[in-house]
Parts: sequence; structure tokens; C-alpha cells
Amino acid sequence: MRKKGLKDTVLLEEDDAIVLDNVTHVYTNAPVLKNVSLRIKKGEFVFIVGVSGSGKSTLIKLLLREIVATKGSVYVLGENLSTMKHRRVPAFRRRLGVVFQDFRLLKDMNVYENVAFAQRVTQVPRAKMDKSVPAILKYVGLAGKYKAKPRHLSGGEQQRVALARALVNQPEILLCDEPTGNLDPANSQEIMRLLNVFNRRGTTVVVVTHNKEIVDQMHKRVITVHKGVIESDIKFGEYEAGKYEDYDTQEYEEEEYEEETYEEEEYEAGEYDYED
Amino acid sequence: MRISSLGYTIKEGFVSLFRNKWYTLASVATISACLFLLGAFAAIMLNLQYIVNNVQREISVTVFFQSGTTEEEMLALRDQLILRDEVDHVEYTSADEAWESFAEELGVTDYLDGFVDNPLADSASLTIYMSDVTLQSELVDYLESQDVVRRVNKSELAATTLGSLNSLVGVASVGIIGILFLVSVFLISNTITIGISIRKEEINIMKYIGATDFFVRFPFIIEGVLIGLIGTAIPLTALYFVYNNVIIAIVTRFSSLSSLLGFLDVKEVFQILVPLSVAIGVGIGFFGSVFTCRKHLRV
Repeated sequence: MRKKGLKDTVLLEEDDAIVLDNVTHVYTNAPVLKNVSLRIKKGEFVFIVGVSGSGKSTLIKLLLREIVATKGSVYVLGENLSTMKHRRVPAFRRRLGVVFQDFRLLKDMNVYENVAFAQRVTQVPRAKMDKSVPAILKYVGLAGKYKAKPRHLSGGEQQRVALARALVNQPEILLCDEPTGNLDPANSQEIMRLLNVFNRRGTTVVVVTHNKEIVDQMHKRVITVHKGVIESDIKFGEYEAGKYEDYDTQEYEEEEYEEETYEEEEYEAGEYDYED
Repeated sequence: MRISSLGYTIKEGFVSLFRNKWYTLASVATISACLFLLGAFAAIMLNLQYIVNNVQREISVTVFFQSGTTEEEMLALRDQLILRDEVDHVEYTSADEAWESFAEELGVTDYLDGFVDNPLADSASLTIYMSDVTLQSELVDYLESQDVVRRVNKSELAATTLGSLNSLVGVASVGIIGILFLVSVFLISNTITIGISIRKEEINIMKYIGATDFFVRFPFIIEGVLIGLIGTAIPLTALYFVYNNVIIAIVTRFSSLSSLLGFLDVKEVFQILVPLSVAIGVGIGFFGSVFTCRKHLRV
């Protein structure tokens, strides 16, 4: 089904997760995004890559409605962010999950409280919280460390807590801003594996990164941003490591992505109603 | 908002008091210091005003009448005077009463030889006590314009001195309390800004997760009000004990002045000081957090 908003110039489709229509964003006279148009479908896993200052972070800020595009329209989950009223923003953001490079955990709260915080803030009933928080922690492999404070966790573990917090409210889209930026290769792989799992469960995943190894290994859709314009948009499966000059030629090591490494048997049916 | 969420945000307000204990301490100390100064100053001003008012109440204008003025005419004038704004109350002294008090002073009982009638027959008078001595000259003009009035006794110097002292105390109180209030607001606003910058990250995360503005602000407001309440309770308690001791010290040291210096009871002072301090303390805490939140929480 296609629908058209009152002032909209772009035709939205029901399975559109993110649509950018001729978006330009200017910071103090210098454009950081120039006439960017983009369409991401629900359920996709997309990498947005580019060097520092290419406009990747601005893109994430636009999608979170932290900033409003100077020109053009940004649609996320059918909502036009350019015309969205300030009071609508919280309800909109509850449909998204965000993960940052620096984890952004609350250092005074333990693992459980950090994840529960996302549900407290969105006023989820206590009974539901008591079920969903332990379930998602088990999912990311941190059930045994729920009492630990962030400072007692490794970088990889902290990012998994951040991921659990982003996912506990079952967002429709997960935005990740350099999620492996502070992690070693092994922990980066683990985060990517988890993202892949949640993507297969239906969450649209958008990862902004400049980690070439990860991009090369994942074989997903890759959008390259350079100097504020989309330089290339390579569809799922078409991306080949080493084919594009910006990326390393490291080979995809399949054994690191074997399904068996994921402890799916730990997940008990009904305990975590992620697919509801 | 759900009841449980409301409970949570209130709890968060309390928890953050302890979580940011240095910030809390700084804010409480600031409010306490300001309110202590304000309270001490207000107490001094209230007492000064009380003393001035007491002295002022003793100042009176006395009116003597032309001979032949009847008692009805005198009482008619009294009734007219009572209606005037600057007049507090009027005492009528009849000629007989004047003689009685005169005789009592001299220790005699009967009229002296040769007098059949009251020798002070023309001494009936009205004593007018004023509520505002600064208007004494207007009153005197009015009295002197009356046909029945023979003479008006007044104390011009006392009236003008006390009148201007009273208005000086009033203006100074408002001025100094106003300055202290502004200083408090400035300091509290600063400490809340620090508090918000300490928790900027937490606020940021809350906003990204989808917290409403109210949910983000409410704990800060609770925290601000609590800081205001604690910051009010401390100086009030201190002032309560200090006040009585200071008054006892003044009265013992300057016992010669004790007839002139009447002090307000601690309860009378606190009847004004408690609501004033609570309103200012809680008001600073509340509005300080509301405005600072509004300024800094645009995410």
C-alpha cells in the first residue's frame, strides 16, 4: 500500500523503515549532507560507512530526530520527522533502539538496572519488566552478571549491556553508531553476531561504522557516504570485500559466524516475548 | 503517568540527593546561608519596626478647646477624628477628669479656696494617637481650622524623626531582602546547572530511550524542592536558638534601655519568618530546577 502525506513529495510504502528524500543538512553554512535520498526497508540490515566527517553521525542524529534536516524530508517508520512536534518525539523514539560507540551506560547502576532503566523511562509495568529484563540479559549472555557495575565489565560486555538496553523495548529499528569502535576484534564479532540474530528476528538494523573488517565479513547492504553525498549503495549480497578502494581486503572468515556459537537453547519460549 | 512511574520518579529525586551528595551539600549550604542572612535580617527589621511603632504609638497630639465649647461639640469632633486614616484612636479627657488627675498629682482633694467651680474648666481635651506620624502636620492643620479648637499641642521633631526612621527601615528591609533573594536565585541556579551537567549523560540516555520531558524533569524538581526544604529547615532551626539568646544578651547588656527596647517574641517573629523562608526556599528550589531544566534539557 502506498500513502502520501499532506505535504509529502515522496511515496511511502508500508514496508519502508527509513526514507530520506532529498535531504540536505547544513551546520553553520557548511553542508554536511547534500541532497541525500535513501530508502531502507523493514527487516533490512544496512551498513553506513565513510570516513570521519563524511556525514554519518549527522545521519544518525537526523534519524533519531535529535536534529531536523535543513531541507528535504526524513521519514522513519512512516513518520515525517521534519514536521514532527516536539511532544511527539518521546513516543517516536520508543520505537527505536540506539547503541553508541561509548556504550553510555549509567555507571552508578548495575547491569540489571541499566537495562531496566529503558523500561522505567518508558513506563513499562513492573510485572512485564521483571520478565523482560532477565530474558534479554540471558539473550546477550549476561544473566550471570546482572549485579555487576559497568566498571567491572569488559568493553564487549558493556556493549552487550547497551545492546540489551536498546533491545529490551523491542524496537522496530536498531540504530548503532560505531558499535564496535571501542572493541577488540573478538568482541566486535560477538556484537555483530547478536545484531544479526536480532535482525533475523525482524528488527531493522542500521550500523554506522568505519570498521572495514566487520563490513567485509557481514555481506550486507553497504551505503558509502563521502563528503555528504551517497557515493555508493551496494545491495545485500552484492558487496564484495576488497572490491571497493575504501576497504581492506580481509577475507570473510566463515567459521566465526557459525550459528552454533549462539546459545539459543538458553532462551526459553515465552520468557522473552520479543516477537509479540 | 502511571502511579508506579510517579513513585519511581519521586524515589529518583530522593536517591539523586544522595547520589550527588557534594552537589546537594553545596546547594543546601547556599540556600541555608542565604536564608540565614535573610532570616536574621528580617528578624532585626521586624524588631526595629516593632520598636519604632511602639515609640510612635506614644506620640500624640493634644487638642484644647475654646471656652464655652460644649461636651457634645467636643465629642462630635472626636467622632470625626476617628474616621480619619492617620488616626489610631482618640482619648477624651473631660474637665473633671483633668482636675482629678491634677489633684491626684498634687495630693489635694478639694478645689482650693476661692474656687467654687472646677478651676480647670477649660482643660477638657482630646488626645489623638496616630497610626502614621508622618501625617501629623496634615492633622494639625485640620485641627487648627476647627472653630472650637483653642490650642494644639504637638511634637513635630519626634514625629518627623520617627516617621522617616520607620520608612527607612521599611525601604532598607525590602532592598536588602530583595538583594539577598536575587543572590540566592543566582547561586541556586548555578548549582542546579552543575547538577544537570553532572547528569547530562543520564538525561541524554533518557531522552534517546524516549523519556517524556516531564519524566526527565520531575526528579530534578523533587530534588530541587527537597534541597529547598532542607536548606530552609537548617537556618530556621539555627535562628530559633540564636534569636532568644541574642535578645537575652541585649536585654542584660543594655538594661538601661530595657524600658525603650521591647522585643518581639520568637513565636511572633517565626509566624512571619517560617512562611517567608519556606516560600523562598522551596520557591528557589522549585523554580530554579524548572527554569534550569527548561534551559538545559533540549535534547
